Amino acid sequence: MDRLTARFGDETILENVSFDVFRGEILCIVGESGCGKSTLLKHMIGLIRSSKGRVLVGGVDIAAADDDQLNLIRQKIGVLFQSDALLASMTLGENVKLPLDGFVGLSPETVQLIVRMKLGMVNLSGYENHYPAELSGGMRKRGGLARAIALDPQILFFDEPSAGLDPVNAAELETLIRGINTGLCTTMVIVSHQVELVLRIADRVMMIDREEKGIIATGAPEELRRSASDPRVRNFLFRVDAERRKG
Amino acid sequence: MSVPQPGYTFQAHWEDEEVLVFALSGRVSLDDADRLLADMEAVLGERSVGSVTVDLAGVSYMDSAGVLTLFRLEDRIRRKGRDYGYTHVPSRIRGIMELIGREELEKPPLRSERETEGIIETAGDVGLKIYLDFRALMIFLGDLVAALVHLAGHPREVRWGDVLFYMRRTGAEGFPIVGLISLLIGLIIAFMSSLQLKQFGANVYVASLVSLAIVRELGPIMTAILVAGRSASAYAAEIGTMRINDEVDALATMGFDPIRFLAVPKLIATVIVLPILTLYSDLFGIAGGLIVGVTGLDLTPYTYLQESQRPITLFYLLSSLLKALVFAFVIAWIGCQRGFQVRGGVEEVGAATTSAVVTSILLIVIVDSVFAVVLHYLR
Repeated sequence: MDRLTARFGDETILENVSFDVFRGEILCIVGESGCGKSTLLKHMIGLIRSSKGRVLVGGVDIAAADDDQLNLIRQKIGVLFQSDALLASMTLGENVKLPLDGFVGLSPETVQLIVRMKLGMVNLSGYENHYPAELSGGMRKRGGLARAIALDPQILFFDEPSAGLDPVNAAELETLIRGINTGLCTTMVIVSHQVELVLRIADRVMMIDREEKGIIATGAPEELRRSASDPRVRNFLFRVDAERRKG
Repeated sequence: MSVPQPGYTFQAHWEDEEVLVFALSGRVSLDDADRLLADMEAVLGERSVGSVTVDLAGVSYMDSAGVLTLFRLEDRIRRKGRDYGYTHVPSRIRGIMELIGREELEKPPLRSERETEGIIETAGDVGLKIYLDFRALMIFLGDLVAALVHLAGHPREVRWGDVLFYMRRTGAEGFPIVGLISLLIGLIIAFMSSLQLKQFGANVYVASLVSLAIVRELGPIMTAILVAGRSASAYAAEIGTMRINDEVDALATMGFDPIRFLAVPKLIATVIVLPILTLYSDLFGIAGGLIVGVTGLDLTPYTYLQESQRPITLFYLLSSLLKALVFAFVIAWIGCQRGFQVRGGVEEVGAATTSAVVTSILLIVIVDSVFAVVLHYLR
């Protein structure tokens, strides 16, 4: 990300934001509601294109890419949306198969095995003929993850992955995220405001602030907890401890 | 889309008479999955082997589809009772191997795929569906009537604010479209009938034909169909969305009867508004005929209106309003019932909305047919 500026109408959400995502890491982008986390994510996956600044994926600028280039980039990335975004009219298996449709020369047997393999990776073996409406929230989220990893993407983006999940399902999802990160060597960018998730899973945390319209802190979670002097960063990272004390 | 060239190469050599070694190198990805399997099996097919070893030292990249291909080859070789193994497995590929649950690949689906049913089963399913749908409609009708009876004794419990809101939504906001369509229908009937009646010098009868057709049949039914399209769908979508957001359950837990709270105001509003809209539609339909009569048939506005009025009796007018009342009940009943029957996700709301329009129009036409016969004998 190179000096990205994001605006909605006259309002500037992010200004001159620059950062790198390193291969194989889990980067968590955090900040309070309305600070521009989701806007940043949408720029990173090419859903919004900024006229100012560059978003480089493998050396190609998403903001300036034509449709063919963008399609090639999108084969290298996967996205798990806040709502699972599974297509309700398709079975889970058909949803996971969807990204494979562009690949010619694969036999139906191979496609079916790949679908089973991906569902197995997210602990949903046997559910390929179920419709999303027949699954629980946690299962749908994992189904969305299976679809996101269908092409073994180099980078996986998550928008509030554990939002709406109970602690058990959230913990299961976190384990899967960690397993996929290790097993498939997938780089992960997670947008979240849930401190507990961030502290457990992140290799590196980047905090965005609404007033600064950009990054106010970046580093490993424990390092930030130890050394950050900015009260906004400390308030965010120590919120869990404060809540525990109250509880 | 063209098939890309393989990103891998492999060499097969025999370490002794029995052990075949595949030395794989380059990139193995999703595009190569089937081709790699076919290439390796082609080598295996040439002669019998004691064991197979796949050497992955030269592999620069392999995705999970590539690993899956190796597993499939392994399964086929092991099924023949032969040994199989890997050497020089890079750590990245080992990670993928550990992530894939081998036994899960064999696991059958918990539910079989949808199968095409035979004619008898399909007919049975359709019959059962119609029966269950009819039953659900009747149960809801009973609940709705019970709610109305209760509220007739407790009129202060009716949400009159909501009634006014839906009167505006269903009635006031529907005036422009109902007026325009009625005007055009009146115009079309007058124009088409004038082409025939002119030949007999019976121009003046266009007026009575238009007014009779509009007041007795087209006014009530056209208005009802338009309101069904606008409001039955809106009722179904609104209540359906509330169902999937648990708002209906929330009402119930707060001690409100969802039917009294949500359906009755819509029903009262529609029943009040539809007869008014029907009268309005009648006037515009006659006005459409008047335009043709005055501009194309050389009739004066006074003569046209006199002739329009002649066949319209109080019985026809009241029966038209009675029909509008019943149509209004049908629209609100079906629209609300379809909304309440939504289960599951958002796609159900779309289905309920479509069903609300189709079912209410079907029932309106059926009820109109019954009216046509009954009113004929009553008169």
